[in-house]
Amino acid sequence: MSDVLDSYQLLLKGAWVTVQLTLYGSALALVLALVFGLVGTSRLRAVRALNRVYVEFFRGTATLVLMYWFFYSLPLIGLRFTPMFAAVLALGLNVGAYGAEVVRGSVNAVPRAQYEATVALNFTPLQRMRRVLLPQAVALMLPPFGNLLIELMKGSAVVSLITISDLMFRAKQIQASTGETLWTYVAILVIYFVIAQVLQLAVRLAERRVDRMLGRAPSREASLSTIAAGAPGAEVR
Amino acid sequence: MPPTDTTPDAPSPKKEAAAAVLPRGGAPGIRFEKVVKRFGSNVVLRELDFSVAPGERVTLIGPSGSGKTTILRLLMTLEKLDDGLIWVGDDTLWHMEKGGKRVPANQRHLHEMRKRIGMVFQQFNLFPNMNVLRNLTEGPVRVLGLSRDEAVERARGLLDMVGLADKIDAHPSQLSGGQQQRVAIARALAMEPRVLLLDEVTSALDPELVVGVQDLLRDIARESDLTMLCVTHEMGFAKDISDRVLMFDQGQIVEEGPPDRIFGEPSEQRTRDFLQAVLAS
Repeated sequence: MSDVLDSYQLLLKGAWVTVQLTLYGSALALVLALVFGLVGTSRLRAVRALNRVYVEFFRGTATLVLMYWFFYSLPLIGLRFTPMFAAVLALGLNVGAYGAEVVRGSVNAVPRAQYEATVALNFTPLQRMRRVLLPQAVALMLPPFGNLLIELMKGSAVVSLITISDLMFRAKQIQASTGETLWTYVAILVIYFVIAQVLQLAVRLAERRVDRMLGRAPSREASLSTIAAGAPGAEVR
Repeated sequence: MPPTDTTPDAPSPKKEAAAAVLPRGGAPGIRFEKVVKRFGSNVVLRELDFSVAPGERVTLIGPSGSGKTTILRLLMTLEKLDDGLIWVGDDTLWHMEKGGKRVPANQRHLHEMRKRIGMVFQQFNLFPNMNVLRNLTEGPVRVLGLSRDEAVERARGLLDMVGLADKIDAHPSQLSGGQQQRVAIARALAMEPRVLLLDEVTSALDPELVVGVQDLLRDIARESDLTMLCVTHEMGFAKDISDRVLMFDQGQIVEEGPPDRIFGEPSEQRTRDFLQAVLAS
């Protein structure tokens, strides 16, 4: 066990790479989710089709396969990416597809009466979305976004297969050099868990902010009812 | 638990406050010409003709499904017209002139036409992501191009009129139904519409909160020259507020006339049956 603890610098280096992958990947996923999610709420069928193509394709392909494709296949036609870029692209595109469905579902779940009020006040379509529908949809999006963020972080554990020295890669390195199989993997289990908890905390804080915006009393701790209240399809109080 | 109304018998707005904030002049008339509205195979309005004079207050009554609310929703452009013409003032709502021909309205035409019309909904439909002040200023600032100061001043005047000046920073979720509806009325008036549509505005309220909202609307009717179309099941209120009552059934006008006659001595059996059913409930 002490051998593992002696290698803490390697573990921290790996954890930092995992955190970077998570931050860049989720930033890309968020942008894609918003763009393709909003595209999915369009009245025009042709525009909505863009959402369907993106979501179905990238939701239906394994992140690892995408990574291999970006890293090993694209160079064959002259497109060369760094391992980090290929990994972020694969993670972002995949999780972004799930996120787009969350965005689309949340915007559609805002009561129709809210849309009608924006028409009665003569808002332009952009103002309706920007000022009323999207801010209310964000409240519905946050809990599922929290799940996706953690999924993305955990999903990054395969990036060592395209030569990235993330937390999982460092663990294998330490295990190979020390022979400490049990404690090495216990250590990274804990580190992954801690990262997930920090991400969860960030989402909680964002949820509180949105609660204040909506004039709700922030709940001291998440109970089943508050989680359900934030789920897509739940009525906005 | 819903918040309790701290002002259940809201003070009737001060006359001078109402006179200062309510827009005056230029209220248009409304005319429906052979208007048809279908939902699937269900024909809700069949070649409906009727008109409302500038500044007139007309109440639509009739059983549910008779097309009253659809009339308001067509005027607010929340439902599309299937056939016929709707005139607001000298312009058609759902059609515009292009190259000497009448063609379906584009978004720009609808945007221009909507400036004349405001609507208050049964369920208030305040924006929960904004406090009361922003509910009242968002439209004037973003749509009418008022400066924030002008919009705030207008909002304060209107909140004063509806008796909720102290709720300016509250969120809709912190208000009772009656208070929310009064804010919603103020929000509609903040856009300075010339036509006001009221869609069963007291139906969702607890009985003790109905009076405050009705008193407010009576004052607005008295102090303004807005053209008003009102759908309601409150016959006493309809009597007070309207110049004329239209009785609807199956998308057509069964009977119309001044409230005293419609409620006092209706000539049609269908109207008598309806009024009896409403009074019994």
